[in-house]
Amino acid sequence: MIERKDVEHVARLARLALTDAEIEKMREQLNGILAYIEKLNALPTEGVEPTSHAVPMVNVMRDDAPGACLPRDEALANAPDRAGEFFRVPRIIED
Amino acid sequence: MGAERAGDRAERGTRAGGRSPGAREFEIIIGLEVHAELTTRTKMFCGCPTTFGASPNTQTCPVCLGMPGTLPVINRRAIEYGVRTALAFNCRINTACRFARKHYYYPDMPKNFQISQYEEPLAEDGWLEIDVDGATRRIGIQRLHMEEDVGKLVHDGTLETAQSSRVDFNRAGVPLMETVSKPELRSPEEAAAYLKAFRSVLVYLGVCDGNMEEGSLRCDANISLRRPGAELGTKVEIKNLNSFRNVQRALEFEVKRQAQALEAGETIVQETRLFDADKGYTRSMRSKEYAHDYRYFPEPDLVPLKLEGAFVDDIRRALPELARQQQQRFVSQYGLPAYDAGVLTQSRALAEYFETATKALGGASPSAAHAKSVANWMMSELLRVVAGDDDRAIAESPIPPAHLAGLIALIDDGTISGKIAKDVFEKMRHSREDARTIVQREGLTQVADTGALAAIVDQVIAANPKAIADFKAGKTAAAKSLVGQVMKATQGKANPAIANKLIEEKLARL
Amino acid sequence: MADLTRLTAHELTEAYGSGAATPSSVTEAYLGRINALDGKVRAYLTVTPDLARQAAAASDARYRAGKPLGPLDGVPISYKDVLSTRGVATTCGSRILATWVPPFDATVVTRLAAAGVVPLGKSNMDEFAMGSSTEHSAFQLTANPWDLSRVPGGSSGGPAAAVAGDLAAISLGTDTGGSIRQPGAFCGIVGLKPTYGRVSRYGLVAFASSLDQIGPFAKDVRDAALVLGAIAGVDPADATSVDVPVPDYTAGFAQGVKGLRVGILEYDRAGMDPDVERAVSDAIDVLKGLGATTRAVTLPTADYGLAAYYIIAPAEASSNLARYDGVKYGLRAPGKDLIEMESRTRAAGFGAEVKRRIMLGTYALSAGYYDAYYGKAQKVRTLIRRDFEAAFENVDVIVGPTTPGVAFKHGEKEDPLAMYLNDIFTVPANLSGNPGISVPCGFSTTGLPIGLHLVGRAFDEATILRVAHAYEQATTWRTRRPELS
Repeated sequence: MIERKDVEHVARLARLALTDAEIEKMREQLNGILAYIEKLNALPTEGVEPTSHAVPMVNVMRDDAPGACLPRDEALANAPDRAGEFFRVPRIIED
Repeated sequence: MGAERAGDRAERGTRAGGRSPGAREFEIIIGLEVHAELTTRTKMFCGCPTTFGASPNTQTCPVCLGMPGTLPVINRRAIEYGVRTALAFNCRINTACRFARKHYYYPDMPKNFQISQYEEPLAEDGWLEIDVDGATRRIGIQRLHMEEDVGKLVHDGTLETAQSSRVDFNRAGVPLMETVSKPELRSPEEAAAYLKAFRSVLVYLGVCDGNMEEGSLRCDANISLRRPGAELGTKVEIKNLNSFRNVQRALEFEVKRQAQALEAGETIVQETRLFDADKGYTRSMRSKEYAHDYRYFPEPDLVPLKLEGAFVDDIRRALPELARQQQQRFVSQYGLPAYDAGVLTQSRALAEYFETATKALGGASPSAAHAKSVANWMMSELLRVVAGDDDRAIAESPIPPAHLAGLIALIDDGTISGKIAKDVFEKMRHSREDARTIVQREGLTQVADTGALAAIVDQVIAANPKAIADFKAGKTAAAKSLVGQVMKATQGKANPAIANKLIEEKLARL
Repeated sequence: MADLTRLTAHELTEAYGSGAATPSSVTEAYLGRINALDGKVRAYLTVTPDLARQAAAASDARYRAGKPLGPLDGVPISYKDVLSTRGVATTCGSRILATWVPPFDATVVTRLAAAGVVPLGKSNMDEFAMGSSTEHSAFQLTANPWDLSRVPGGSSGGPAAAVAGDLAAISLGTDTGGSIRQPGAFCGIVGLKPTYGRVSRYGLVAFASSLDQIGPFAKDVRDAALVLGAIAGVDPADATSVDVPVPDYTAGFAQGVKGLRVGILEYDRAGMDPDVERAVSDAIDVLKGLGATTRAVTLPTADYGLAAYYIIAPAEASSNLARYDGVKYGLRAPGKDLIEMESRTRAAGFGAEVKRRIMLGTYALSAGYYDAYYGKAQKVRTLIRRDFEAAFENVDVIVGPTTPGVAFKHGEKEDPLAMYLNDIFTVPANLSGNPGISVPCGFSTTGLPIGLHLVGRAFDEATILRVAHAYEQATTWRTRRPELS
């Protein structure tokens, strides 16, 4: 079902660098799991509404009232690369 | 180089009077996608402030930074603003709408997904009227939905050469309203008109400040060309359009570029292009053929919205009159010319100023003359002093509506002349006093006493024999110079109409 | 010293009230025991002795003044390391968050602090809560106190082992597919998953947003009820938390189970450990003896629950874990550009099970597959909900085994699918949102604990707690302790 190129494509979508060996192992394991999941096809679901939320609630919203901000140092405290007031990242090339 | 010349040619073509050669053979199909930052106090999903220009990363919290374990909660006012806007654009409000996650990796997006709306947006199928070349056209609005804005990237260099970039998350999470027009705009001019009208509605509604330089309103365009009767052409997306003029310029360039390519038998590449405002051309940014797989699914951390009943009705009832309606009303109710009405409705504040001043002058049912006086004074004098689309400046104007009305009233009842009034206006502007106070203090009341004026007229006639001679010789303009002398002798305070009449009478008897 | 650490929370607070013990003395006892024995169990990733002593001292003062905060004041607790604790490392068992220190507390942590608990530390787990054995932790292997060569279950293996091994009086875990109930069963303690929306998820590092719930591990049912009472309730910071009143969950205990209708779950017996079958069957007899009526109950769609779960959970996880990219926090691997940095960071920071689920989830959500997988699974959820609703027309609680077998040996279940099958009984309640509890109901012939699973109506934790309590009080399983020294 899933082929090597599918694994590579999904890995790129998910930003996961996989080795060749990992790609092959992943392909096997994913196919195994998907084969198990196939059993869902035996269950008729036409006309059944999907459940996104276990409890059917609507309209949960908040007032447009200010909350506490983090001081900048706390916001940046865990930054892997802090550049003064900013988070810094390596050069961005278009996908 | 070639591109530059094409850009120049496009500009010259426009200046030469409108339709570029490409447009003649091709149908132009344009759609605009507008993102508007809402003027709520706080962000879409957390309580951080939305004010522009704060020091980097000082308006953030664990939620809008996408820290592990955090959850979004919808800002009710943002939804109200969305509904308000949707109603103003005559959209159908979707009773059931929900948020969805839109996935892609980019460092300005903390969670690497944006909470947006996909299959169930807030509203659909509306329209906006625009006026181009004296004709009114109705442009369809496909959909309007809510989402969160992303942070700001500062590249350490240009996007092409930078080895690193820096991220400021202050803007991440600000409520964003995305509106997609139907592809019904048929020229770059119409596109600019649409954007202008669109912005005006949002500013009138008070949901967005419309500040394109600060990025409160951002626009992307989609444009394709086709020969009449042929299949739809390939759509090209243009980004980075930050003014009405640039929207028009960018699209004019695109029309030229695509027309030339099509004429030469080339295919148009489906892609995203960036507009370079300095050079006046668009350039390729990335190929849209590799379309993002956004992997949309309903946002599990938010429950759906059911927009109906009192919630929507209350918003509908509170909708303010929009510029277009006000403009039409100013014509029908006050008898103003369309041009005047257009100028005076460029902002809600200016329109309110006009009505307040007119009613202060003429009472509950002011006459057309009252309205026109106010309009004239606003257009020629007030708008020199205050920007017509600056709500705050108008509200804080040194000459409030009642004072303007007072000034005009003094002219109408003959207390001062129109010319003196202009001086008084300047004084009012600096001292913030009302007209009557200034006139009385400085003795600017015009001289209307016929007897006193008659004496002065005699003096002037006696002192200007050459003018009399010219007049007798048929140069009627000489009379004007005599009136001018009377005005001078009275330091401008003579009632011009009376002075005129007296001069005429005296001259007639000579 | 051993006695103090054996006591339940309610026994402790009673002792505090009478002056027979103090929070500080109990805290020292626990810290000493952790020092002596956690090297074998490895339940804890981070121990916080200073914070514990501070909280204990404050609690001492309140008891001296005769003003305790409530039934949990001075009770030592361990938090699964997926719960945000301000200023204290919160790793989620993952290398990618090894250095992450949150600047905020989870709502449940705030509420329990306000109740006066003594925080002993953060406990081990399967990475990002994905697993059923805690073998997928990036840091250490937690051992089952009953047999150190065996797993404690997962993903909340650390907090379960802590309570089972008397290394904490109570603990908090999280349950997305069974991750409280299954370790509760494997470790011979009480493990409760509340109704979805009963307890705020703010501060719980998300795995599967529509399934995750926080719940207590405890030495007895009363303790579990007390903890639930302290953490339950709507939270404005969690839009999926439900505004339903929080009752006194112990109020119904005296009522017992007379007249209560117990549904006996029918299931496929293939692959079941016979000891588990026997223990569950005996437990049902005890309930009958206590006056409950029983009838068979089927959940026809429940068989498909695991398959639906293994689409929904990985899909939501792939989305929730997208944020770990080395930009704002956590691990960053070197890379010549952003994409390379992100891909290498995630490759180095995530373990094999997490990668597997991210890949599966990304695939399930990708263009063209949504309807076939995620869309389909969400419909199966609806069918499972309907099954429960239909069953609860005729019964008040559904009982069955918590797991197909008892705690297995480390390394025994290498095949991912074999591991997933551990959750077959627990998963349906996550999909439907119903509350579930595992209560000890016996031991295998090899001396390993077995759990009885009870599922109740939405927001009716009171009934499953009542039934569990009645059963517990009619048996003596809780008096048997692992030999850990």
